[in-house]
Amino acid sequence: MSALEQIPEIDNGLLRFITCGSVDDGKSTLIGRLLWDTRAILADTLHAIEKTSLKRGNAEIDLSLLTDGLQAEREQGITIDVAYRYFSTGRRKYIIGDSPGHEQYTRNMVTAASTANLAVILIDARKGVLTQTRRHSFLTKLLGVPNIVVAVNKMDLVGYDQATFDRICSDYVGFASKIGLHDVRFIPMSALTGDMLVDRGDKLNWYVGPTLLDVLEATPSAHSERDERFRFPVQYVCRPLRADRPDLHDYRGFMGRIESGRISVGDEVIVLPSERRSRVRSIQLGEMNFESAGAEQSVTLLLEDEIDISRGDLIVKPDELALVTRRIDAMLCWFSETPLDPRRKYVIRHTTREARSMIEAIAYRVDINSLEEHPVDGLSMNDIAKVTLRFAQPLCVDSYASNRATGNFILVDETTNNTVAAGMIV
Amino acid sequence: MSVVEKSLRGRRTLSHLDWLESESIHILREVAGQCANPALLFSGGKDSICLLRLAEKAFRPGKFPFPLLHVDTGHNYREVTDFRDYRAAELGERLIVRNVEDSMKRGTVVLKTADESRNKYQSITLLEAIEEFGFDCCIGGARRDEEKARAKERIFSFRDDFGQWNPKDQRPEVWDIYNARVHKGENIRAFPISNWTELDVWQYIQREQLALPAIYFAHTRPVIRKGGLLQPVTPLTPAQPGDIVEDLMVRYRTVGDITCTAPVESEATTLTMIIDETATATVTERGATRLDDQTSEASMEQRKKEGYF
Repeated sequence: MSALEQIPEIDNGLLRFITCGSVDDGKSTLIGRLLWDTRAILADTLHAIEKTSLKRGNAEIDLSLLTDGLQAEREQGITIDVAYRYFSTGRRKYIIGDSPGHEQYTRNMVTAASTANLAVILIDARKGVLTQTRRHSFLTKLLGVPNIVVAVNKMDLVGYDQATFDRICSDYVGFASKIGLHDVRFIPMSALTGDMLVDRGDKLNWYVGPTLLDVLEATPSAHSERDERFRFPVQYVCRPLRADRPDLHDYRGFMGRIESGRISVGDEVIVLPSERRSRVRSIQLGEMNFESAGAEQSVTLLLEDEIDISRGDLIVKPDELALVTRRIDAMLCWFSETPLDPRRKYVIRHTTREARSMIEAIAYRVDINSLEEHPVDGLSMNDIAKVTLRFAQPLCVDSYASNRATGNFILVDETTNNTVAAGMIV
Repeated sequence: MSVVEKSLRGRRTLSHLDWLESESIHILREVAGQCANPALLFSGGKDSICLLRLAEKAFRPGKFPFPLLHVDTGHNYREVTDFRDYRAAELGERLIVRNVEDSMKRGTVVLKTADESRNKYQSITLLEAIEEFGFDCCIGGARRDEEKARAKERIFSFRDDFGQWNPKDQRPEVWDIYNARVHKGENIRAFPISNWTELDVWQYIQREQLALPAIYFAHTRPVIRKGGLLQPVTPLTPAQPGDIVEDLMVRYRTVGDITCTAPVESEATTLTMIIDETATATVTERGATRLDDQTSEASMEQRKKEGYF
């Protein structure tokens, strides 16, 4: 018996990616095929979808059923939310964010793309670049997903024709350069037959590039790889004050996750927004001590000086400051079914800090199909707009383009406590 | 594959377990930073054993900023509840146990028949505990890979004041900014190991050398083969006339209420052997072990809506 979820011998960490496309593009089939060919599907799951396939009158197992989740959406025959799937190749663990492609679910794609390091944009080889391809590409760019693969799917239905593939690629490049998307990789494939997903198959021999899985295996996994500046939002301050541990009487541990950059014992740091300075005395996690630590590691920092630091502060290095500001421009995606009310105040949550905020101006709304910009007075669900926000307290920010972690935020409705919008600082 | 080595060379990539651990610690610290009165659900099972290790890493040398809470059906394996008590004491953390039997005495849980499984009534006792202590967040060890209905679960999952989960009422979860704001009576269920698979859990237990209740390792136990599953023969689940009782080498992949948790045939007496078995398993954890999930593919979703954890 072959290993189903293989134990990594070489551990290339974890990669999060999304698949963009509608059911018609064969997206669910693509995910089902990846799970199937990497042997991440177990017998009882298979048995269940076999039964469902038969019930629906399909002779063959419908791999797309693997990714159908909730009862409600199965009844409606649509996917209404982001589902997460897992598989491992023995080299790397993968998390797939599966978001539906329908126009009305822009917010789902924004959600899925926000944590992704790679996006697979599906194009039906028979149909070529469509409006929804543009929409998916625009959102992928907006959310700063660093790696993009265009999967030209259903090649089996166009006779595996290279000219069709080439034409779609050149159409896409023409459009992508307009929205600033470069370094896009194209792969011809058939999710149904499996050609060029995990196995090369024998129908696309004119294509010499990597398979989809080759690309996934080779993509750098760190989501914050581009920014080398040290960013440490303080989540929690540990002051044990334990009667049984007098040695901890003066202990002040600043707990958080390094969002980017590296820190070493002895480094000088500056705390924002207070601008107090100190040096790193030690870097800990649980019982362990580290000489240095880097991006994506959760640690506890101890400083040499006793300075007042609380949740929401940002620890950086003196020559790499973040901007401390009460006003920003941002691209905003409105999530809530309740439209934006420009007279109301919303809570902005940025890294670990909260502040009351108001939307001072809406510069324009982007029509995500035509990519045209229109002046508007308000925003409703799934709208994407450029806005100016003002806060009651200063936030310590970077642009989203330079740092996804310190450049993003959400808005929360104080009355319902719902998350009503996601934003990216310009 | 040379292209892999080339692109990753010189890059500091966290191993997948390090990445998962770091994410889970970040989630636990967000709970501590945002919630006024959280609790961590600890059953003595392997997933919550991982949660405790993560909490140690997240909060030591401080105390945990939450008590441990177990809702006990009274039908758990003794080895597991003993382990629960032992581990809480070893950590020096406060353990609160609330019993389904007490809810039965109060009349808030009414069994349809005396031998009906108490498993689904845990949700009532849990809600009573939430109300008693005013918890605004319960941290649990559920994973998205466990079951289809959980694949879309948020890391911070919102429950209304009836403890109900509504798939249409969940907050969008973007990047890793979590929104734990609730009104009085509502609460959040936080799942720090959402992104872990069963194999990740076992690998982490091995890496961290975590102690486990003995029934997770292969042992001889009288069982009855029923519907593709092994039903353990216990005072609660005795053999019926006509049943063929066999003594088999088995282990538990998941532990829970005796009346609805089945062991699997296994020779695995060490973690390495368990990991090998997990990596080559052909049946999902839930499929192999849950005596109550067989009726409907959607049964989990239904129970979640009713407030089941």
